[in-house]
This record gives sequence, C-alpha cells and structure tokens, in this order.
Amino acid sequence: MSSAATVLYDHPGPKAKARNLIFSIIFGVLLVLLVLWVLDKLNSKGELTAKKWEPFTTSNVWSNFLLPGLGATIKAAVLSVIIALPIGAILAVGRLSDHRWVRWPAAVVVEFFRAIPVLILMVFAGEFYFQYTDVPSESRPLFAVVTALVLYNASVLAEIFRAGIRSLPHGQTEAAQAIGLRKTQMMVLILLPQALTAMLPAIVSQLVVVLKDTALGSIFVGYAELLRQANNLTANFSNSVATYTVIAVLYISMNFILSMLASWLEKLMRNRRGGGKHVPRALDPELEVRA
Amino acid sequence: MKLRKSAIALLSVVLLAQTLSACGKKDSKGNSLADKPNKLTVGIKFDQPGLGLKAPDGTFKGFDVDVAKYIAKELGVKEGDITFKESKSAERENLIEKGEVDYIVATYSITDVRKEKVAFAGPYFVAHQDLLVKSSNTKITGPESLTGNMKLCSVKGSTPAQKIKDKYSKAVQLQEYGTYSDCVDALLSGAVDAVTTDDVILAGYAAQHPGDLKVIGKGFSDEHYGVGLKKTDTKGKTAINAAITKMIGDGSWEAALQKNVGPSGYKIPAKPAVTE
Amino acid sequence: MNFDFLSNPDYDILGAFWVTVQLTLLAAAGSMIWGTILAAMRVSPVPLMRGFGTAYVNIFRNTPLTLILIAMSVVLSNKLGLVLASKSSPTFIKDNNFRLAVLGLVIYTSTFVCESIRSGINTVPAGQAEAARAIGLRFSQVLWIVILPQALRSVVAPLASVLIALTKNTTVASAIGVAEASLLMSTMVENESDALLGVFSIFALGFVVLTLPTGLLLGWVANKATVKR
Repeated sequence: MSSAATVLYDHPGPKAKARNLIFSIIFGVLLVLLVLWVLDKLNSKGELTAKKWEPFTTSNVWSNFLLPGLGATIKAAVLSVIIALPIGAILAVGRLSDHRWVRWPAAVVVEFFRAIPVLILMVFAGEFYFQYTDVPSESRPLFAVVTALVLYNASVLAEIFRAGIRSLPHGQTEAAQAIGLRKTQMMVLILLPQALTAMLPAIVSQLVVVLKDTALGSIFVGYAELLRQANNLTANFSNSVATYTVIAVLYISMNFILSMLASWLEKLMRNRRGGGKHVPRALDPELEVRA
Repeated sequence: MKLRKSAIALLSVVLLAQTLSACGKKDSKGNSLADKPNKLTVGIKFDQPGLGLKAPDGTFKGFDVDVAKYIAKELGVKEGDITFKESKSAERENLIEKGEVDYIVATYSITDVRKEKVAFAGPYFVAHQDLLVKSSNTKITGPESLTGNMKLCSVKGSTPAQKIKDKYSKAVQLQEYGTYSDCVDALLSGAVDAVTTDDVILAGYAAQHPGDLKVIGKGFSDEHYGVGLKKTDTKGKTAINAAITKMIGDGSWEAALQKNVGPSGYKIPAKPAVTE
Repeated sequence: MNFDFLSNPDYDILGAFWVTVQLTLLAAAGSMIWGTILAAMRVSPVPLMRGFGTAYVNIFRNTPLTLILIAMSVVLSNKLGLVLASKSSPTFIKDNNFRLAVLGLVIYTSTFVCESIRSGINTVPAGQAEAARAIGLRFSQVLWIVILPQALRSVVAPLASVLIALTKNTTVASAIGVAEASLLMSTMVENESDALLGVFSIFALGFVVLTLPTGLLLGWVANKATVKR
C-alpha cells in the first residue's frame, strides 16, 4: 500500500513540506474545534459529569451488565461460526459438484441467503421458534440470532471455501487422481484441508462481521448481548452517552484485535507459501461490509 | 436438497444450543401454588425503574418486586428461594403457559384476550395512561393540550402512543424507541415534549430525576395490573388474592409504593379492590 | 401458505420497500462521495489527514451498524442538537429519523467504499503516477485527473458488493423507528402469526428482487469498465 501512496507525490521538498505543515495545522485546528464543540455540547447537557461515568469504574456494573453482555455476544458469534463452517464446506463442495442436481440447489441456497438481510432472517427465526417449537423463552433469542447468522454466514463461507479450493494449484487435483483417490476422498483429504488453511485469514475476518451482526439481536428478538445491556445501564444511571461510548469502545477493541489477527495470519500464510503466492483474503468487500 | 440443508442447519443449531441450556431447564410440576412450594420463579421487568429494575449489584428493586416478594412470603417461600426472571411484555402469556415462571408481576394489565390463556389474581394496582413532561413545562396539562407540533415518545409497537393519536390529536408526532429509558433520555434533552405510558411507570422515571420531571396526573383509561399465573390453578389464584388483600390491608402496599415511586411527587392512588 | 395479508390496507408493503430503496440510493450517493474523500485523505501527503483517515476507517468499520444508528438518534440528534429537518414541520420526527439513518449508513458504508477505492488505487500501474508527476502535476491533480478515474473503473465489482450489502443494511434503520421493510415485517409477523411463512417469503422476495438485478447489472458494467491492460 505504502508504495502506491508514495508514488502519487514527489518526495516533499522544503516548499511542499511547508505546505503540508500548513494543511496539517488547518485540518488539526478544525478537528480540535469539532471535538471541543462536541464536548461543550455534551457538557451543557450534563453528560460529562462524573456521576454518569463513575458506574463504569465499579465492578458491579461489569460483573452484572457488561461482562454477561460481552459473553453473550461472543457466545452467539462463536456458535454461529462453528456451526456455519461445516455447512459452508458442504455447500461449497456442493457447488463444485459434477452433478447438476447437486450444484444447482447448492447455488440457490447460497445465493438466496446472501441476498436477504440478516435482520429479516432473525425476525423470521425468532417468530418461528416462538410458534412452532418448545425452545424455552430464555434461549429463544439466542436460537434466533444463531440461526440467522448461521444461514447467512454458511452461504458466505461457502463462497470463501469455493474460492479457496479453486485457488489451489491444479497439480493437487492431478496428484490426487494419479494415486487413485475417488472424488470424495480427494475433496475431503486433499482439497478441503488446504482450502481451510488458505482461507483462515478470511474466516477470521468473517468473525468480525459475525461479531458485529450479533448486535442485530438487540433490535427485535431481544437477545441480551452487549448492545442490549445499554437498556439496563441507562435504566439505572440515565447515562446514554457514557453507556454507548463504553460499549462502542468494547466492540471496536474486540474487532480491531480480530482484524489484526487476520492480517497476521495472512502474512504468515504468504510467507509459508513461499512469497509470491496470492492468498485471497476476502473475495469481495461484501464479506466485510455487513452490519 | 435445499430443504435438507436448511433442516440440517436448524437441527444443528437446536441441538447445540439445547445442550448449552440444558442446565437452565426446570422441571414443570403440575402442583398448585397454594401447596407450599419450596422455590419460586417469578417473572418481572428488568429495566423499569420504580417497578422492576435490575440494579448493578444484581438485586432487584421496585414496586412489582415488592409485591412479588410479599406474595412469595404469604405462600411460605423465603426471599432467598425466589428466582427472578425477565419477562418481556410480548412473552408473558407464553412464559406462564410453558411453566417457565410460577407467576408474573410485571405491569401486566388484566384483559379478556389474555384471560383466554392465563389466570389473573388481583388487581394489585390500577394504573392510568398518563404523560411525563419536564417540570418546567406548563403548556402540557393533559392529553387534550397536545397540539400539532408536539413530539411524543413511546416504545416501538406499544399501544399507548397510538391511543393518544387516535383519541386526542392526530397531528401529534410520534418518536418510537426500543425502551422507555431512551424516551426519558430524549425528554430530558428536549428532543421530545412528552413520554406516554401508564402513570406508575412514568412515576418510576420521575422518581429517578426528582425535580426535573413530573407526571401530569390527568390519567385516562384504566389499566388493572394483575398477577398472572397458570389458568388452571384456581387454588393458587385464591391464595395470591388473599396475599394481595393482606398486603393492601396491613399498610405494606402503601409503604412499597411510597418507597419506590413516592419521590416523584406522584400521588399514591386509592387502594384497588381485589376482584378477580 | 397464507397470503391474505396482502389485501390488508394496513400493510403498505410497497411503501415500506420504497423507503428501503430511498435509504439505499441516498446513502449510496453519500457513501461514494465521503468514501472517495476518505480514500484521498488516506493516500495524501499530509500526515494528519492520513492519520485521521486511518483512525476513522478503523473506528467505524469495527462498530456495529446498529450502534451507529442508535447513536445517530440518541447522541447526535438528542444531545448534540443536530436536527436534519425543520423543527416546525408536521413530519419532523419522521424526516429527521430518515435523514439520520441515511447519515448513519453513510458514516458506516463510506469506510468500505474508502477501502475498495484504496485497493483500486493499488491496481493502477506506478508508471501512470510517475508520468503524471513527470509532467508537473500536483498531488491533487495526479489523484483526480489520472489515478482516481482509472482506479474507480477497476473497483466497480467490489463497489457493487458494497451497494448490495448497503441495501440489506438499510433494515437496521428500524432500530430508530424508520418505517422501512424490516420494521413492517416485524409488525406483521406479530399480528399475522398464522401467515409467518407467507410474510417471510414476501419480504425475502422483495430483497432478492432488489439485490439480484443490482449484482447482475453492475457485474456487466464492471466487465465493460475494466481498463484492459
């Protein structure tokens, strides 16, 4: 990246340096003014008083509200990915099948669930479990969230796997055929394991998407995840600004760490594979552009 | 194929999550609440100050909580043996029918539609739909004074705000949030002019912000709050009715109200007659 | 399946999807503009702007959209007093919420537009920028006249995916009460509990109709637009 950035402009001479400095100062002053205006406004609404922020320094608030919420968020995200992975692999293999009657239905499932908003799936799943199953009320929101996330992410992961399998050198298939493996054996023993490793960074990136998507559970199905805890906090302390700030910081740090992990894995893969080999991280930004 | 995959997907979710929550299940006993239970699971609200609120220390506070505890005491259950469970408005009948809670005390209005599914004891309180405004507001004196450009707040999919729109002023604008806390927050920062729902719920918020907010006190429509329980448990219903009557009679009822919503300046209403 | 609800005048399904379409188009236009500016900041010679661009993208890309939209209403509008409609308008709340939702979607989606464009800039051969600099163009000229036009043509496909994701993401606007498709659906599944599958298929179909042609059309455009090298 940095190479493309620097190729866009000459190495700054004294004049350019001065100009950049001036731009920096103007831009910096504008930013500082914006921040000051925000703080002033918040202060005038009494949102910056110690009373509204103090709760977050007490262990009770963490142990009874924030940590359980964080736990619920992580639980839903991890469950979703763990369940979606094998289904995604099956769908991917299905889409690569030699038989049309396998290929087509798999393609329809994948395209259908990728075209529908997760929130719509969640509303449907929540009501479905409510009407047709005996799932107890306290786990129903979790079921709804996980079901919706699994349906969507299995489809996305299927596409990730498909790309992963396709990115493998053709020699792998040929060698597998040469030693007499059947198609299923070739897929399970040779191609899928390699695709899985190659796509590991993409899968970790997808975890970021899933983690963010769990927050959709707070809108209609009432899953007690991190964002939903805002209700309990503001009901007790009427400190909406402080509450949403703290919750945002928690989400951002979690996702930032995961993104870092994905980049690190990507670098690791590239080195292991002898440099030049291109490892597709995300097929398209849509994989990352999710609520 | 498509169906089978979706079925597998659903099934695996069901199986996995069920193993996870297996420990949370409780055996449903067909006994009556009047038969000296050892333990009770009671449904309350978790996010309603003054009525049912989960405090940061993990305890529960509010008028509904006090009523629930009093009933438990009368049924012979120690306070430590009560498990409180969040019961969201839309799920209350379902919780009772499936035996996940023994009874519900959660601003639960007695209606004929609900009576088809559950039984009610009480009422232990008669609430009226009302308006919460800033203390400094002199323009809004009742639902009739809501005019064209007033902004009213209520929660998504709730009936109170719609009622005002239909009955009093069509021109009033409606802001819908997920919770009343967000509404009160918007009221305090001046983004809306009034919040509407039952007066005692509003009083709970007013009590949190003494001096800043007031309940208008010109309630309309009667909401009889009852204690919801299994439809078949007639003996239990009689026992809870007796407990409520005793609570109203011995002064605990008034004391509980005074403690939880009194600081708002809200006038404690007349004692209800137990009629269910 | 039961489709009786289609004739119920209380449910304006087409109207709800029209709101979805409006949210999508307005937010797409806004995200495109703001995303391009962010990308320009991230490759600019001014260190503070680069830092701001990087921080902005990392913060908002990692925040759930639901949280961003709720903050639009609860913090930006209620606390900071940012109103996007006339306070005296009889439809103030509706308009304000709608515009706040568009703004929130722009804030979130622009990070993905920015990253796509930045990767597009990477695909433009270094010789292009070198040639532009050699004839004495300034950074802004190099970027706007030479690099961006080529970069944008190579990112039509990823931007199409961003647009599809945005279309689906508009459902989150229901969190602040914007009357788009998912809000209507949630009301309908509660009221028409015996028609759950019917309601779901209608709304699913609506989104398939909105997203599939977008994908196909822009896929075709992407093929046409790619700079042949």
